Amino acid sequence: MSAATTYNDCALRPLRAADLPAVAQDCVTAGMRFQMAWHDWVEGQCVVRYLISQGNRVPFLLLEIRGEETLPSLAAIVPLLGWYEREMQDLGGLTFTDHPEPFPLVIHEGFSLPRPPLGRAGAEGRLSGEYMPPTMPEVQGDQVQDLYWGPIRADVVETGEFHYSYIGEAILHYHPRLFFKHRGLEARFVGQQADAAVFLAERVSGVGSVCHALTYCQAVEAAWGIEVPPRAQLLRVILAELERLYNHFHYFGLLAKTTTLKVGSATGFLLEERVKQVAGQLTGSRFLRSLLTVGGLRRDLPAEHLASALENIIDEGEAYLTRLQQTASHLDRLMGTGILSKEAAFDQGATGPVARASGLDRDLRRDHPYAAYHHLRFAVPVRAKGDAMARSEVRAESLREAIALLVQASGHLQAGPVRAPFAVPNGEQEGLGWTESPRGSLYYSVRIRDGRLKRVKIKSPSFSNWRVFPLTVHGTNMMDYAINEASFGLTIAGCDR
Amino acid sequence: MPVWTWTGLKAGKAATRWPQRGPDGQDGVLGMPRWGPAACRTGCDACVAACPTGAIQVNAGKAEVDYGRCIVCQRCVEDCPEGAMTSSYDWAFGVRRREDLLWKEALDSRVGQDLGKRVARSLRRSLHIRHVDAGSCNGCESEIGALDNPFYNLHRLGIFFTPSPRFADLLMVTGPVTAPMHGPLLATWEAMPEPRMVLATGTCAVSGAPMDGGYAGGSGLNALLPVDVWLPGCPPNPAALIHALLLLLERMPQRVQGGRYGAG
Repeated sequence: MSAATTYNDCALRPLRAADLPAVAQDCVTAGMRFQMAWHDWVEGQCVVRYLISQGNRVPFLLLEIRGEETLPSLAAIVPLLGWYEREMQDLGGLTFTDHPEPFPLVIHEGFSLPRPPLGRAGAEGRLSGEYMPPTMPEVQGDQVQDLYWGPIRADVVETGEFHYSYIGEAILHYHPRLFFKHRGLEARFVGQQADAAVFLAERVSGVGSVCHALTYCQAVEAAWGIEVPPRAQLLRVILAELERLYNHFHYFGLLAKTTTLKVGSATGFLLEERVKQVAGQLTGSRFLRSLLTVGGLRRDLPAEHLASALENIIDEGEAYLTRLQQTASHLDRLMGTGILSKEAAFDQGATGPVARASGLDRDLRRDHPYAAYHHLRFAVPVRAKGDAMARSEVRAESLREAIALLVQASGHLQAGPVRAPFAVPNGEQEGLGWTESPRGSLYYSVRIRDGRLKRVKIKSPSFSNWRVFPLTVHGTNMMDYAINEASFGLTIAGCDR
Repeated sequence: MPVWTWTGLKAGKAATRWPQRGPDGQDGVLGMPRWGPAACRTGCDACVAACPTGAIQVNAGKAEVDYGRCIVCQRCVEDCPEGAMTSSYDWAFGVRRREDLLWKEALDSRVGQDLGKRVARSLRRSLHIRHVDAGSCNGCESEIGALDNPFYNLHRLGIFFTPSPRFADLLMVTGPVTAPMHGPLLATWEAMPEPRMVLATGTCAVSGAPMDGGYAGGSGLNALLPVDVWLPGCPPNPAALIHALLLLLERMPQRVQGGRYGAG
């Protein structure tokens, strides 16, 4: 077995833990960007891997360290790895020396476990979550107010707790405490049959059902060498872009709500509803679930006339976006709000529309094409300012591109099979899958032995963007907070897993 | 006239009048699969093997279906060789008693007709809901959020969401109840004045499936809170949510008894 081709076409580079900081520094100096890090236990031996993007259309680089459970922390060199390392500490029982924030991340005080859930088999030692002070520096003074908001907040929203220290309107420090919704999904995959576990991937993040399922399927297909038929590839693009469409309409509805534009908010949510209804009619599921499977799709879809079914939504959507872009009161709240610099976006791992609004020109659909994207033409919008305005502009153009892609892909459809036959191979295989979800890059890494999953790692876009988000809150004001949060388009379920 | 006011007026009303009349907006949306045991061949357990959540079990040679564990993935329908499992548009699956989600061969007609305790008179006019996300995938939140969009326009039915448990009549819980959410959920329940009701929303909250049995997820509201209406579905669509809310207020009949759709 050639190690270099284990994971798709990744270039594999085995390392010793001691050499890690120097190699990481070289990668950063060369302009490469770390994507994710995860651990695994292969025959009792700890394996830690770092996935690195070397550039557009160049295979990913994979750093691999075998047999060492204590590694130097790279958080000082590659800040975005801070959370991955803390997660490996919590769930895998690994140690990262000299970590600048050596606190539990995923494990809350409600947890009490006999051992780390993704730790070494047969290891001893209880794991009890306790709340350790996060990165909030101590701020004191008569005028300083502390607000602990959550985990149950107002309205119908996801669970999370936010700590603010502020004076009047000015926010001095802000810290989101997440992972209340941690359901242990990576552990839940273990032992499942790899060709049947798509249902779990669909339930990692409800509004990202398609992209999670697609990423998972592509990881298994890469591991097993399955070629998906062209019709299924195009239909996969259609499902993914429909998901982008309803997510983006929701985004604008929510953004308009935070700028108190009532009709604008209602219009966005109505357009979202209508896309979901089209999705229900087309697939039987408003979230486009129960369709994707390893090897293609579970059944064919009559998507040829999608463009005419979407006609009214396309017209009204265009008028809606134009009207938003002409509304001074709305734009006034977005301009200059929550600025994220290009450097911070790169260092902390911002992804998707958030990264593109800060000048990082990255899109996995274009840079590492999957499904049928290399047959389709689309533009990747980029802005430089990094404020809420830039983020909403990037989303608006991305929404228009999604519509163009839907029309294009449904026009290219030709009759043919939608599912490739395959036999589940024996022995051990590994694979990597990725998609550009509505919120950014999504990765699944799978290791399968005799058809059953041994390890699944999920990296969702919100895991990255929640890490970045606080940087845009410090030094801003309470009045802009909700607008800023809405402009990021975050979900918590995908982050917490 | 400001442009948004003009466009709002021009667009007119988008709200459906369902359930009085008009569309429910769920055309083509698949619901729980129907089971026709007459078509079952003895000894075949294809549906049991296909079900990822253990909603279908075989006990003493007889299959049992628990719709409270169904995530509507349609795999039993695909794998059944006899067509005993068929896909359906049955989504109004809210029930007052958890047992009504279990498929029963023979219905006890007397118990079957009993809709459980009567709703307190004070709750029958308008309803205020406190929603708690106890670890859902955000699918349920997306559909609950949709209730406020102009199409469903929940306010027209006198039903509102409130941020404060002190003003809430109903606790609407989604998710399997993860370990860190156990305490905050019970604290919210404690803070609510009586009479108070509970709606277990979505398959996770009904039974925990498919998120039960791991190190982090609970098994829903089972034995945790006194539940007034159980609403499975992954996620329940907005019309199913409205049906369950109106069922709770005794403004719509229960559609499912003994696991069978069409009753009531």
